[in-house]
This record gives sequence, structure tokens and C-alpha cells, in this order.
Amino acid sequence: MSLLSRYNASLSDPAAKSRTCATTGLNVCLGAERFIKLNAVSAIVFLLLGGIAAILLALTRWQAIHLLPVDWFYRIVTFHGLNMLIFWILFFEVAILYFAATIPINSRLFSTKVAWVSFAMMLVGAVMVNVIILRGQADVMMTSYLPLLAHPVFYLGIILVAVGTLIGVFNFFATLYIARRDNTYEGSLPLVTFGAAAAAIIAVVTLLHGAIVMLPTFSFSMGWTAEPDPMWYRMIWWGLGHMSQQVNVAAMVAVWYLIAYLATGAKPINETVCRAAFVLYVLFINLASAHHLLVDPGVGPAWKMWNTSYAMYLAVLASMIHAFTVPASVEMAMRGKGHRRGIFGWILALPWRNPAFSAAALSLLIFGFVGGITGVTLGTVQINIIAHNTLRIPGHFHATVVGGTTLAFMGLAYYVIPLLFRRDFIARGLARIQPWLFGGGILLVSIGMSFAGSMGVARRTWDIEPAGIYGPAAHLFLGVMGIGAIIAVAALLLFVVLCVGTVLFGVRNNGRAMADWGAAQTAPGAKETSLLHDHWGMKGTMALTSVFLLCFAVYYFANWKALADVWPVR
Amino acid sequence: MKTNPEEPLLKRLMDNIWLLLVLGVAIPMVSYTLWGWIELMLIPPAPLP
Repeated sequence: MSLLSRYNASLSDPAAKSRTCATTGLNVCLGAERFIKLNAVSAIVFLLLGGIAAILLALTRWQAIHLLPVDWFYRIVTFHGLNMLIFWILFFEVAILYFAATIPINSRLFSTKVAWVSFAMMLVGAVMVNVIILRGQADVMMTSYLPLLAHPVFYLGIILVAVGTLIGVFNFFATLYIARRDNTYEGSLPLVTFGAAAAAIIAVVTLLHGAIVMLPTFSFSMGWTAEPDPMWYRMIWWGLGHMSQQVNVAAMVAVWYLIAYLATGAKPINETVCRAAFVLYVLFINLASAHHLLVDPGVGPAWKMWNTSYAMYLAVLASMIHAFTVPASVEMAMRGKGHRRGIFGWILALPWRNPAFSAAALSLLIFGFVGGITGVTLGTVQINIIAHNTLRIPGHFHATVVGGTTLAFMGLAYYVIPLLFRRDFIARGLARIQPWLFGGGILLVSIGMSFAGSMGVARRTWDIEPAGIYGPAAHLFLGVMGIGAIIAVAALLLFVVLCVGTVLFGVRNNGRAMADWGAAQTAPGAKETSLLHDHWGMKGTMALTSVFLLCFAVYYFANWKALADVWPVR
Repeated sequence: MKTNPEEPLLKRLMDNIWLLLVLGVAIPMVSYTLWGWIELMLIPPAPLP
């Protein structure tokens, strides 16, 4: 069936029906709503599974406890990586794509049938992978580097998840096509939809790599073809493994802009610059998969330097633009509401009790100050040699993927669940502290891993004691990681209980606005004004950005110093 | 997609999701995948001892 005939046939589809949201006044496509719910709920189930695995791993790497036996450690490493980095994230991102392509631009979903196919393939694939891992037939860790070989069901499951997600991404683009064709919006796409489109484009490249690497590996595992070259496998696999995390970055930034608007009324100070930053992501962020091959001998230094630097740091520039424009737009909105005392007075007036806002703000801080600075430093070809395969690497990506992406997605859920399930959150007091607990816990995890890794502690290693080279400081930081994990997983379980409890038992808000989490208020006696032409209206953000750049410079210098100490020339 | 030729080039690029899709797939496929693949294929086979 051609695209056009599918479009015509689907006019009688449930996807074409809609309701008006009592809170936002926006049209909600019922077909899209159903699949946003299905994908978001599935995502939270995989988050729960990955979280249970996380605490088991942390209490094993904490040598004083050393919980799991060796075989179960590597089994749970595999389980944790795939549930957290692939299933939780991909399901939630498909939910975000369906939201961004329909509700902000008043469109209907292209096809519910396509959405069913996508969802079913993803779900069946994820269940297959999890079952075969827990049966002990895929102890190959998330990367499944050849010549390690898992049961064919493992590869088939990943292929189903990848292709199912790709079908969901197709549904997203097809929805954008019919929205433009039907003139459901005027001018450019809204920024949140544009950010989601950037994430979807990055996802296409990611999932193509997944298909390229997994099909011949599945064929090999079935005994049909020869073993793919392990160096080739590593290179293509990281086109799936790292690029999938870049999808997160683009989706997370889109969520930052959305929550900043919902909680404070902030609008981008210069939308063209924000869009240009997303374009830099689309064009260059995927090159950084090369980070993982910096100690591989097969590829040369020119390839490594060009790709690991995101084409000479163009995608880093994009992240720094977003890291400036999001808080700057919030500051402008707050000063416009009359909160103009000093450089940082506006920060005190922010809606910190709103869990969506606190989650987004903590996500931005943890992602930028910890994940971003460590990522760019560890991705430097020379410095990487003192960090590769140590706990510094998971220390970095737990700040980006968990402290950044997961926390931002949790924040979004505090709006998505009341708006789409039409039930107000239960235990709202607990919800208000949940992002702080989770953010604090994951920060400790990241710091503990990073410092232990700086002392040479290897990643993905069951027992470091036989090496006999790690002193009390390394063990202290493994303990910090363990305590952080206990706090973070407790906050994750709290999040799951709050979400599930709300979906099942929350008070219905049909026909009325959702219960307000609290938005930024105009200062007493002040009149709301626009500061768009006031170049000093963002001086607080400029001060914060200067602190960020100083931290970046100190950390970068300290690492070059550490590298120089490895081979001192006297 | 309809574009207005009077609009700045950057704006027209940013409004053209399909062109961004093509560029976003082509650039990493050439820079990371194809270039890396070629480098791996050019490695001479190790002589047997």
C-alpha cells in the first residue's frame, strides 16, 4: 500500500479522533495518546528491571559486600545495560516522538496499525532478550563483543527492538509529513518538535548500525555464515551503542526546553540559535562513537581525532549553546516577572517544589558539570589512554544517561501522566523530593566511580582484590558509589510506585485542569515585562557559565597533568 | 516541502526536515562508518609464524 493510500485509509482510523486537553487546551490525538501511554508504561517497567539490576551490581562492586557470584555478576551486567541503555530509553523516546509529532502541532498520528507493529516488535524483542539473559545463555555483557557468543535469540531480540523502533521513527516522520500537508501548524515546527525530529534523525543512523551489525552476528550464531571480524563488529556495534545515547541527548534537551516553558513560562532567547544547535547535533554528534575505539589498533589517528572530537567539537558547541540558552531563557522569564534582586535572586524564586522543574534543573546541572566535562575530557585521544576501561567511563555515562536523560524523562512524567492518564499524582509530597533523592544518589554513584576509576579500578570486573594493588582510598570510593546507588535505586523505586500508583489510584481530573505542581509567580507588586532587548538580563547565567568554563578548564588541565605524570621526563 | 527563496539559507535548511534527515544519515555514515571500514580493510594480513 502506498503512503498516500495508507493515509487515505487511515482517515477512519482511531488515530484521527481527538479530545481537547482541559489543562492546556491543546488537541490530543487519541491514537497517539494510546501509544504514548503504552510506550511510556513499558519504559517504566524496563526502568524498574534495570534499577533492580543496578543495586545488585553496585553491592557487588562494593568490595566490602561483594553480593553476587561471578556468573550472576556478568549476567546482571548484561541485563542492566540492555534494560537501562536500550529498552527504558528507546520505549520512552518513542513515547516522546509520538507526543512531539501530534499534540504541539495539532496533528493526528499517521497510523495506529504501524504503531502497533512497532510496539509489538519492540516488546517481543525486549522480552526475548531478557529471558535469554536470565536463562544464562547470553552472558556477553551489553556490548556482546565477538568472539563472545550468545544464544541466537539474544541477537534476534535486539534486531526486533531495533527494527520496531525504526518503524516507530517512520511513523513519527510520516506524521510530520501529513501535518505539513494538512497545514495543522504555521511556520516552522515548534522547538520541542524540532528537537524530537533531531533525535529521530539520530535514531535512524543508530538503528541502521544496529541492523548492519546484528544481522551477520545472528547469522553466525545460527551457524549459517562465518564469524564477522571482531574489529569490524566493535566499530559498527558502537554505531548502535553510543549513537543511541546521542538520541537521548537530543530528546533530553527538547524536554529541558519544554519543562522550562511549562514551569516558568521561559521562551528561548533566540530560537534560531537553538535550532542551529540541534542541526549541529544532527550533523556531527554521531561521530563520537569513536570514543570507544580510541585504544583499538585497527583505525588510524586521523580517523580517531576527527571523529572523537565530533568534527572539531561542533556538537560540543551545540551542547554549550543549549546549556546557556535554557537557563538564560529561564532567567529572562524570571526577571521579567520582577525577580531582579542581584545576580542570583531569580534562582531563589524558581519553582523548586515542582518535581518536573527540579528534575530538569538537576538534569541540566549533572549533565553539564559532571557528564559533559568528563565526556569531552575522556574523549580526548591522548587522555583516554589513562581512563579507558576504568570505572571513570561508567562514572561519566551515569552522569549523562542517568543523571541527565533519565532524570529529565522522570521530570516529564510528572506532567505526562496527569495530562494523558487524566489522574492527579498520589503522594505529591513524596513526588516533590523524588528528583532530589535520585539526582543526589546518582551524583554520588558518578563521583564514586570516577574517583575509584582514577585509581585504576577496572570497569565490568567482578573482583578487584586478586590484583592486590588497590588501597583504602579506592575502596572508600567504591563505598561512596554503593551508598549513592542505594539512594538512587530507592528514589527510582519511589518513582515507579508513584507512577503506577497514580495510573491505578490517582484522583481523576477529567474535565478540569490537572493539579498544579506550582509554576513561577510574578513578584509581589511587580508588573510582568519582557526583557528581550536587555543584554544584561541574563547576567546570572553568564556568571554560572563562567563557573562552568572554569571547572572545565581545571578538570581538563588536571587530566593532562595526570597523563604527563604517567611518563615523567626529568 | 515548500520553501520561500527569500528566507535565509540557514532558516530554509532548518525548516527542511527531509534534507536534515539525508545529511544526518550521510555525514556519520561517511565520516565514521565508511572511513573506518576502509581503514580496517587496508590492514595487511598478519603473516603466519
